[in-house]
Amino acid sequence: MTIFKAVDIDKQYANHLALNKVSIDVPKAKIFGLLGPNGAGKTTLIRIINQITAPDSGQLFFDGRPLKADDVYRIGYLPEERGLYKKMKVGEQAVYLARLKGLSKADAVKKLKYWFDKFEILPWWDKKIEELSKGMQQKIQFIVTILHEPELLIFDEPFSGFDPINTNLLKQEILALKEKGVTIIFSTHNMASVEEICDNIALINKSVKILDGRVEDIKQQFKTNQFECTYAGDFNAAASVISQKSILLEHRENHVTHYLKAELNPSVSNNEFLTALINKVTITSFNEVIPSMDDIFIKVVEKANLKIE
Amino acid sequence: MTSLNKIGTIIAREYNTRVRKKSFLIMSIVGPILFAGLMITPAWMAQMEDTEEKVVAVADSSHLMLGEFPETKYIKFVYLPNADIETYKNNFKQTDYYALLYISQVVASSPNAVHLYSDISPSLGVQMHIANAIEKRLERDKLKTFGIDESVLKAVKTSITIRSVKLSNSGEEKVTNFNLYMAMGYIGGFLIYFTIFFSGAQVMRGVIEEKTSRIIEVIISSVKPFELMMGKIIGVGLVALTQFALWGVLTLGLYSTVLPILMPDAAKITNQPKIENFADTGSSLQTQAPANDEFNTEISGMIGAIADINFGVIIISFLFFFFGGYFLYSAMFAAIGSAVDSEADTQQFMLPVTLPMIISIVAMVNVIQNPESSLAFWLSMIPLTSPVIMMARIPFGVPYPQIILSAVILIASFVAFTWMAAKIYRTGILMYGKKTSWKEMWKWLTYKN
Repeated sequence: MTIFKAVDIDKQYANHLALNKVSIDVPKAKIFGLLGPNGAGKTTLIRIINQITAPDSGQLFFDGRPLKADDVYRIGYLPEERGLYKKMKVGEQAVYLARLKGLSKADAVKKLKYWFDKFEILPWWDKKIEELSKGMQQKIQFIVTILHEPELLIFDEPFSGFDPINTNLLKQEILALKEKGVTIIFSTHNMASVEEICDNIALINKSVKILDGRVEDIKQQFKTNQFECTYAGDFNAAASVISQKSILLEHRENHVTHYLKAELNPSVSNNEFLTALINKVTITSFNEVIPSMDDIFIKVVEKANLKIE
Repeated sequence: MTSLNKIGTIIAREYNTRVRKKSFLIMSIVGPILFAGLMITPAWMAQMEDTEEKVVAVADSSHLMLGEFPETKYIKFVYLPNADIETYKNNFKQTDYYALLYISQVVASSPNAVHLYSDISPSLGVQMHIANAIEKRLERDKLKTFGIDESVLKAVKTSITIRSVKLSNSGEEKVTNFNLYMAMGYIGGFLIYFTIFFSGAQVMRGVIEEKTSRIIEVIISSVKPFELMMGKIIGVGLVALTQFALWGVLTLGLYSTVLPILMPDAAKITNQPKIENFADTGSSLQTQAPANDEFNTEISGMIGAIADINFGVIIISFLFFFFGGYFLYSAMFAAIGSAVDSEADTQQFMLPVTLPMIISIVAMVNVIQNPESSLAFWLSMIPLTSPVIMMARIPFGVPYPQIILSAVILIASFVAFTWMAAKIYRTGILMYGKKTSWKEMWKWLTYKN
């Protein structure tokens, strides 16, 4: 089921086209990665979803009907460029931002106390923001973003500025939110975190969407039929099988086990190859090489750029 | 949550954070002390001058003034035996005299023949006192020479005070008092001028703060940029209004408690109608004894003038023109704030905005002298100058149709300026690291949303 949908979004700024017929489809209760190099148009798209800017043309749907002004109360947004009023007290500021998202004062205080307690920052309630460390400020920002219990959360580079411990804490919270049925749009350069937590992605390059789909499907789509294998035995015994059914890419001899990497011929399946090989040498490991999102990202973007040139 | 609710929440934050600042408290206390000080100090100082007993030693070579100087409570004279003035001068330090007065023999024919020596600079009051006494003495001699009796001269002397009376349309006569109107015009004009500058700068700083602290994007994902801008402008405006109210109350309080303590006598006269103090305090001190009648006429005239001033119109106009002018300017200040990354970058945009304000304050001096001139009329119609100029004119009485026309123009241009400022603002707040030019800002005006 789709919770948010953008269809053919165009956005033109004075000197450049920020988005060119971009469409995305965000399934409910999933984590959706919005990827792309710097300046690709991700932030513009996110601002359009948040109704900070309006598209020149195209349609936006939220929960099955056209996006409307009041939907800002059902959306939470943590921008990449984020900060707080430095001179304002932590609690007061959090209450203020929560009230702008439609919570009553009493409600806001109650919920904030819960989250502050959970993140162990309750003693900081009456401190000024400028007295806090950067990581602590990020925590407050995160709490404020999710406090009004939005159905759609948009995080733009959420992990920047967090130490590994807090990154992990944040990741757990994001996954927990997903478990509760919240949909998350997640914009990042950090491909490792994409692989770890995203269900779906869309890749935008130079204002055009060049790739989208489920992360697993995309990986399958980009796999190259390569495998890595370690074995014990004599390479020469296996050589004929290997050259018959594949192209050898790399071979290293070690003391006990040896390593080899090869690309299977198109008609050969993993099982067929393995069966033939197993008669010649002793297999200690066999791995299909699945491209990382990082590889896919670079490959797709470079290809797209070549096309443009 | 409606748009109004959101603006209300924003106003509350802008207001509360500013009112709770130490600087606001300090301004609230220091302001009235300054105002009261400005009102009380000159009179008080003039009075202080007299309470110290001063003995002036007189060395009179002309022998004309021996025993002739009238003494007051605080100014006494000692006549020295005739000796060389240089000796007296050299020994002056060893004496307790306030000053040494030397009158040379040729005093009757040369006006520069009188010298006053002292180790401090003698007060103006003492100098005037001495000069008066010598002048009188010499005049008397001269009159005698011409054979004119002193009583004849007294009978000839005439004094005129003008009571200017304004004829209102209903045929009523109203006593006018130019000095009083002038003072009120200046106070109104300056107050609007300073507050627009001060509060406008606060709005601008607030916008820059939101931009540099990067909180802006969080906020405008909840509220519209226009709501944020209006909330800030109204909030800061209310802070200024609160400050006015505090100043008014504290100044009156200070004035009415401190003045009687410092100047028990003056307080008796000046305390009855509070505002009469705006008229020159100096003259009321000097005219005490000889011209009591004149003084009383002036006082009663002033009381009449005060009673005739329509405070309702003045206060309502003040609030209107203050808010009108403030909204107009602060919208522009907000647009400037949105277009820059730091306060240092605002310089290039400030001049065109501040220029009309500076023109108004310079022109105000002329307008107050001639409140009915065509310069005064036009400047009080042009929206960028009308807040200051109209406030300067209103105490003198401006026809209602003019006030209303000016007000309508102000409202219309406020709407137009705010609309344009909002367009620049909502684009500017999301622009970072780019040097903004006028051309760029013009482009933002034409952006769709």
